Amino acid sequence: MHKIWIIIQREYTSRVKNKRFLLVTFLVPLLMVGLIVGSAYFSFKGTEERKIAVVDPNGFFKDKLKNSKQLKFEFSNDVDTSNYQSKGYTDILLMPLFEGDKKADYILRSKKSMGFNLQETISRKINAAIEDRMLEKAGIQQSILDSIHQSAQIAELKAYEDEGKKSKESNAGLAMAIGYASGLLIYITMFIYGTMVLRGVMEEKTNRIAEVIVSSVKPFELMLGKIIGIGAVGLTQFLMWIIVVMTLTGVGLSLLPADIQNQLQQLQASGGQMGAAGMAQASESAKNIYAFQHVISTTNWPLIIGLFLFYFLGGFLFYASLFAAVGSVVNEDPQDAQSLMFPITMPIIFSYIITNVVIQNPNTPMAFWASVIPFSSPMVMMARISYGVPSTVPYWELAVSMLTLIGGFLLTTWLSAKIYRTGILMYGKKVTWKEMAKWAFAKS
Amino acid sequence: MEPLLSLSHLVKHYATQKAVDDISFNIQKGSIFGLLGPNGAGKTTLLRMITGIFYPDGGEIKLEGKHFDPLLDIREIGYMPEERGLYKKMKIWEQALYLAQLRGLSKADAMEKIKYWFEKFEMQSWWNKKVEDLSKGMSQKLQFVITVLHEPKLIILDEPFSGLDPLNANLIKDEIYNLAKKGSTIIFSTHRMEQVEEICDHIVLVNLGKKILDGTVADIKQQFKESIFAIETSHPQLIKDNALFSILDKADKNPNKILVKLSHAVASNEVLKYLIEQQIPIVSYNEVLPSLNDIFIQLVEDTHAKARAFQNI
Repeated sequence: MHKIWIIIQREYTSRVKNKRFLLVTFLVPLLMVGLIVGSAYFSFKGTEERKIAVVDPNGFFKDKLKNSKQLKFEFSNDVDTSNYQSKGYTDILLMPLFEGDKKADYILRSKKSMGFNLQETISRKINAAIEDRMLEKAGIQQSILDSIHQSAQIAELKAYEDEGKKSKESNAGLAMAIGYASGLLIYITMFIYGTMVLRGVMEEKTNRIAEVIVSSVKPFELMLGKIIGIGAVGLTQFLMWIIVVMTLTGVGLSLLPADIQNQLQQLQASGGQMGAAGMAQASESAKNIYAFQHVISTTNWPLIIGLFLFYFLGGFLFYASLFAAVGSVVNEDPQDAQSLMFPITMPIIFSYIITNVVIQNPNTPMAFWASVIPFSSPMVMMARISYGVPSTVPYWELAVSMLTLIGGFLLTTWLSAKIYRTGILMYGKKVTWKEMAKWAFAKS
Repeated sequence: MEPLLSLSHLVKHYATQKAVDDISFNIQKGSIFGLLGPNGAGKTTLLRMITGIFYPDGGEIKLEGKHFDPLLDIREIGYMPEERGLYKKMKIWEQALYLAQLRGLSKADAMEKIKYWFEKFEMQSWWNKKVEDLSKGMSQKLQFVITVLHEPKLIILDEPFSGLDPLNANLIKDEIYNLAKKGSTIIFSTHRMEQVEEICDHIVLVNLGKKILDGTVADIKQQFKESIFAIETSHPQLIKDNALFSILDKADKNPNKILVKLSHAVASNEVLKYLIEQQIPIVSYNEVLPSLNDIFIQLVEDTHAKARAFQNI
């Protein structure tokens, strides 16, 4: 037991002291924040402006197509497909002789092809215009229509989850985001730390270190020490990420101007329900931040983080020993490693695909089975958990999933240890799957 | 005297072959013992059983008269594999400390010994270097230090001189003698027969999983001698084949030296008497013992040529 501790220490410190570890620890959260901010910025700023010439022979759409920031419609009759570009338009919209009572097609021609979203917007605008025209025909005046458009309140969905007597505000959007993020995170780390185990084992084998060490400790201790050490590195990484993200948000909030901070405090104190006057006073940004904080607070974070750490560790232990077994049978050739890794990476990739499906429908039989089978449970269960624990995932399902995962990694560790024990000291010979299976299921 | 290590009827089977097939021998305390054999003879398997990596399928290993228990006795063994055996990215002192701790030394104890050995081998200046920055000879020295650091009773060295220049080879060689003098027992596994002849007291030759030779170097040479004598004379043309001996074709570097094989049951002094009677001026006359190299080749050649075929059990 003492020796395994020495091995764990080495595996852990040699990686944590590595410059690359520190770099990843601090760069990844920065990169993520940067990515979010960046993509928000570009989706806001980086849109192109389209000037569209509309050829509308009978004036059906006159004044009905609304301009927006991105789309400018201009009605003119002296433009056609041959000269719209030279007249400074980016696109031309050719309307048929339209009466509004028959199905008709319109044509859009462009200098540069238009993105899917813009096409959707145009089609929506045209259909809205048709609707307006029809309403007008039915006798509703344009001015009434306009005032209806303006004053109509848009209703917002507030969903609640019933848990016994109390009901809790739920947020499917956030649940999906959390489920997706944690599934993805487990997927990525499984690969990173799994291959770290594989490379570590290969290093020990090809450099004949195993021979020296195995004369002092049991192969099983060496394998387990490596796996636990690297798992601890993964945990450290997550904890650091959580700390870095929390610090960054803390610093970000404290850097806000004083008046916004004040408003934020008032909003928090009143639970978002300030008097109309106060609401009007609160700036848009304070409201946004409050809304974000409020949404975040609807989630049971300690539960999610706790279960995330459990499923990360469980999944890691489940796959890491398989990676170790593969690493132990590889001879110097990295190409061997690639082909031997394939049967292990396949279920990981497949689980990730299932996760993406389950996240849309967390209550299907497939979702249940995939979150109970240890090959896929770490990712799939995390995707479901974010929807709420006793409501979407009953306690008994969670218990079964956790128990099968524990049983699963005990089983893979036990089988892998037997392959590892033989493989790590075997040189020169290419090992087949059949032989590995034979070692794994050998009696002693 | 009770041997330090005694192997009796050791057997190890792999799925398709008998790697070690009923081998027994003893190693005396404080001796330098040569374990010889062609590639694939079963040496590595034998060493792995002695280092506790493998359990034998049959037979017994005794360390100082007691049944060998790898878990308890491993501290008494230092094993140096043929090459590498070190983490490339680790600093050399951390490496030495790590392996010493795994063998059961306390941290303070290990550090003290590392300092002692690094000083002795003039390695202090590499203290913070990584193994990947060392030359092959340097890492070989480090490997040796790591092997003997915990003062094991039994030291197993697999080709310890490969990659070393003569200076460093001598340094290690002297240390091997030193350790043996202090009471450590050394098992030395190699293909280099001239080194064995120089260093080892006792050898065992294995081939195809079986022991084919066992004894001290001097005894074995006596056992394999073929009554060959070298006669050095100022007038080599005077020596002719006769009833006592026949001249061998083997030329010597020295043209005045002639190798002769004595006929059956002829004593060496009879030849000397004959030469004197013939008034041949003799500069020197001595028996030529076969080198271990010759013996090795003679014993292994026939079987070695057709590499070891996989034997079905």
